[in-house]
Amino acid sequence: MNMEEKKAIQTVKRERSVVYDIPCLLIRSPSGMLGFIIVAAAVFVALFADVLVPYSPDAINLVAMTRPPAWSNGGSSANLLGTDVLGRDILARILVGSRISLLVGVFSVAAAGFIGTIFGIVAGYYGSWVETVIMRVTDAFHAIPLTLFGMVVLAVVGPGMITMIVVIGITTWPFYARMIRSEVLSLKNQEYVKAARTLGTSSVMTMLRHILPNVMPSFIVVSTLSVANSILAEATLSFLGLGIQPPLVTWGIMLADGRNYIATSWWISTFPGIALSTTVLGIMLLGNWLRDVLDPRNQGLG
Amino acid sequence: MFRYLLRRIIQMVPVLFIITIIVFFFVNASGDPTSMLLPPNATLEDRDAMREALGLNKPLYVQYGIFITNAVRGDFGRSFRYKVPALTIVKEKIPASIELAGASLLLSIAVGITMGVLSAMAKDTPFDLIANGFSALGRAMPNFWLGIMLILLFGVTWRILPVSGRGGWRHIILPCIALSIQNASRIIPLVRSSMLEIMHQDYIRTAKSKGIRNSVVIFKHAFKNALVPVVTITALQIPTLIGGSLVTETVFAWPGLGQLIIQSVNGHDMSVVQACVIIIALITMSANLIADIVYCLIDPRIRY
Repeated sequence: MNMEEKKAIQTVKRERSVVYDIPCLLIRSPSGMLGFIIVAAAVFVALFADVLVPYSPDAINLVAMTRPPAWSNGGSSANLLGTDVLGRDILARILVGSRISLLVGVFSVAAAGFIGTIFGIVAGYYGSWVETVIMRVTDAFHAIPLTLFGMVVLAVVGPGMITMIVVIGITTWPFYARMIRSEVLSLKNQEYVKAARTLGTSSVMTMLRHILPNVMPSFIVVSTLSVANSILAEATLSFLGLGIQPPLVTWGIMLADGRNYIATSWWISTFPGIALSTTVLGIMLLGNWLRDVLDPRNQGLG
Repeated sequence: MFRYLLRRIIQMVPVLFIITIIVFFFVNASGDPTSMLLPPNATLEDRDAMREALGLNKPLYVQYGIFITNAVRGDFGRSFRYKVPALTIVKEKIPASIELAGASLLLSIAVGITMGVLSAMAKDTPFDLIANGFSALGRAMPNFWLGIMLILLFGVTWRILPVSGRGGWRHIILPCIALSIQNASRIIPLVRSSMLEIMHQDYIRTAKSKGIRNSVVIFKHAFKNALVPVVTITALQIPTLIGGSLVTETVFAWPGLGQLIIQSVNGHDMSVVQACVIIIALITMSANLIADIVYCLIDPRIRY
């Protein structure tokens, strides 16, 4: 992108909301486009999984146990990606498994973002001891690895999808709190915030109307990238047997199932991993692209 | 510098205090340990006697007080499962974990810096594209799946490397690679962009115009400065690295803290879990402290 183009884009930005430019900007960025396509495909698959495959993900078929993928020796076109040790169709399970990944990813980020934003704004806005207490708590959470904390909480509370969302939410909110707080620190000295306060706007109103909208761009970027990490966290905890429990199907569970048969049936654990990595990759590419678009400071870097 | 260090260490105290509260809260919420310790046909009187003996009938804040005073002395209670002090078991497992996490940290820094510098030097060439692709993929692949795939390739198909347990140097290769790729992938783009930024600075142009060889400019003038963000990101990645090693250890049956935690969590051996979480938090915080010191050492502009 040369200087004139950049200036042109920035002028356009000033005139219209960035929302209108998104399709245009997306087409210009190959990696952003790739990310968008992958994410769109994943959402589509999650929504229409039942229609896309003729099998139920739980249908046990003892005649077709550990059938290899269609293209290899002994494979059958009935099960494109093969079957697992109970004869369940791998493709059907991968497609249905996308639902839990996306659900847990999105909702845990929403939970973490909600808590983190409140604490971050409050810490940055009020300062003094409120800030110190909140920041020390985020330090404490930062010193415990997410996986470890998730393992302990899930062991105590018991596994399940809602628990999983809550667990990932309470372990990741400090990241939002820290990020939002540092934004608020610079925002609260801006003229318009000072003006609002001078005019007698209450603290809560100032935070909601003048500060919150301005931390949104960073929030959107961080949340998109966090969805990817939450999906990985869900897969990890389910893989360890502490997260989502069968009969629900998730990629993490499929990987754990296939791990024991790695010597004889490579396909059981290979394909769910590819699905997982591709989805996460797509979300990350989309997130990186969003970061470049929403934050003009990053343009041209990298 | 010394005063800064002192302040940093003092700051760790409230953080550790909060961690113990969090841990204590969750372990207490895990239910009545007497149901785990006593046979199912134990009478109510037995149960009460047990609760009395363990101090479970005291108010929660008194229990926490006892817990924290014992913890400071290194007493985290006894393991239900192994019938020995929890800290003893945890201590036994620490060296294996440090070995794996340390090896992986070194490998990921070495790979990350090398590929980052090379791809910055070869900007917009096929190598740069490959390095970028590797880094994007590396961040997206969960390390436990990568571990399974490495086992499939090196252990099942080619049969050239051992895939489980701790033994000679060959045993550490696969778990170390599985654990390093994600971290290395985060370092590559960082080194790349900071190298690119630095290569445009005035002092680099001066060095070049003095006729100093290109390789000397890159390694002596630019590289040292490009290291600063690497230290920051490495420090930030330490919890992720340790968390990741817990899972990687399970995949490769590495006899470290990861295995111990999973066994203890599944067996509700909460005093061991408690000890593990607090020890890991301590290790994480110390690693961050070391990163801060290294930060001062490599960048003389930073003075506290």
